[in-house]
Amino acid sequence: MLRIEYLYWLVGAFLIATALLNLRDRRYSIAAFWLILSAPFVFGEAILGAHAQGRSWPAQMMGAGVIALGLLAARGRLQVKADGPGEQKLRDESAARLGNRLFGPALAIPALTLILFVGGKYLSSRGIHLLDVKSLTLTALGLASVLALVTAFYVTRAKPMQAVHEGRRLLDSLGWAVLLPMILATLGGVFAATGVGDAIAALTSAVIPTDNRIACLLAFAFGMVFFTVIMGNAFAAFPVMMAGIGLPLLILQHGANPAILGAIGMLTGYCGTLLTPMAANFNIVPAVLLELPDQYGVIRSQVPTALSLMVVNIVLMIVLVFR
Amino acid sequence: MPDAINYWPLLGVAVVIGGFALRRNPVLVVVVAGIVSALAAGISVPDLLTLLGSTFIENRMLLLFLLTLPVIGLLEHFGLRERARSWIAGFRGLTLTRFQVAYLGLRQLLSMAGLTHVAGHPQTVRPLVAPMSEAAAERTLGGILTDEERAIVRASAAATDNVGLFFGEDVFMAFGAVLLIQGFYARNGIVLEPLAISLWALPTAIAAFVIHAIRVRLLQRRLERNRARANARGAADAAH
Repeated sequence: MLRIEYLYWLVGAFLIATALLNLRDRRYSIAAFWLILSAPFVFGEAILGAHAQGRSWPAQMMGAGVIALGLLAARGRLQVKADGPGEQKLRDESAARLGNRLFGPALAIPALTLILFVGGKYLSSRGIHLLDVKSLTLTALGLASVLALVTAFYVTRAKPMQAVHEGRRLLDSLGWAVLLPMILATLGGVFAATGVGDAIAALTSAVIPTDNRIACLLAFAFGMVFFTVIMGNAFAAFPVMMAGIGLPLLILQHGANPAILGAIGMLTGYCGTLLTPMAANFNIVPAVLLELPDQYGVIRSQVPTALSLMVVNIVLMIVLVFR
Repeated sequence: MPDAINYWPLLGVAVVIGGFALRRNPVLVVVVAGIVSALAAGISVPDLLTLLGSTFIENRMLLLFLLTLPVIGLLEHFGLRERARSWIAGFRGLTLTRFQVAYLGLRQLLSMAGLTHVAGHPQTVRPLVAPMSEAAAERTLGGILTDEERAIVRASAAATDNVGLFFGEDVFMAFGAVLLIQGFYARNGIVLEPLAISLWALPTAIAAFVIHAIRVRLLQRRLERNRARANARGAADAAH
């Protein structure tokens, strides 16, 4: 079976290669950054295994590595490397020469992800486990990227090392932004372990008039949005707001329909995801990827949609959940 | 029993808000917030390091998308974005609104089918959707986009991808969010079928499509108006 771990090793190898190329250019702090970031991919399974067996020093080393990444990130600037002389002309020429063949490998990523996902599902239902079933879409995406790279070599006739150089160019321009999704999810885990959610839920339920079902519903909805904005993730907000307000007040006391409250409540949280830099992989990473002058450009573009949808969701809940 | 709750870990939330407001480096802000929250909760330094390290590793799947970078970078070097632009520019009758609304609908449908990773910012938006949006906008407005227009069109491409992804994924299929909701209720003695939950995501999905489609249309109109105003100003300047 193709375990997702193998793909993690590949990510680790790519990060190490990027670190070495930067080292060769004497860019020491960015090289150290990529080298430390490769550790969870190369040693991740071993560290978690040791932790499960009660040996926690490797996990503590990784924890120190996380702090080091934070310090190195603060030193680095996000910048997109300018084109070398004549690069634009070269790209235009090769675009004209290769034409629509360039779309092949690009579209192969989504197409192969789709095929591998459906195929993997079908085979595992027959008892043949080719891909990691627990994280099937991600394994499919990873494998599809590798296969698409092979077709890209065929179409462009490039040397394999060139893919490493081009990948490094993109990775360097993403810089520390690439780390944000992972580090924010880590913060979510830390907040969960320190009881931040319980404290917020206790505070909210202490200040609202619990006899008024509309007030409870509004507190639940705004709480979902607010907590999602803080955590960058509606999945983290949902259990907190549900345990604090949704279940005890809305469902048990006021008889709200749990299916409707759950579904639309979660989507109300998603409106918060559109608003927050904490949801870095959706809001900050694309701003860097698309070379926007404003880090918050994507969020700015989403604010009206998010707020109108939030209002729609609240109205839907008021109309539907108490039927 | 409010006495039993320790409110000090909320300091971590304050660090996050303060750090983002002061525009400090987000990675550093987040690391500091985690440390503050853990220390305020009375977690010892070795346990704090263990917690940071193991949670960090457990979330490494979020960076699996890095595997798309070499192939995207290679194709870009050989002119993928230039080709995407000129291909779209050849379509008559294609406007920015039509292109982005079509992508929005496609992304919602894919996401409803559980194919959330088929599209995304590194794999489709940067190499294809953004340059195609720019070309569609250039067709609509005429002439090359200014830097400001280009940034607005690109940001709208990313926003469209997010809206399509978020407000499709909970409909019909029992994936992540729906299973989380069902699991929460099951632990609290309320047994629900996943489909009973996910069907209620449909009204919001439709509302999201309508609202965002209108917004893309309004964006196009705003760009057209700004162009007209700039042209008028240019003509007035020339007359002086």
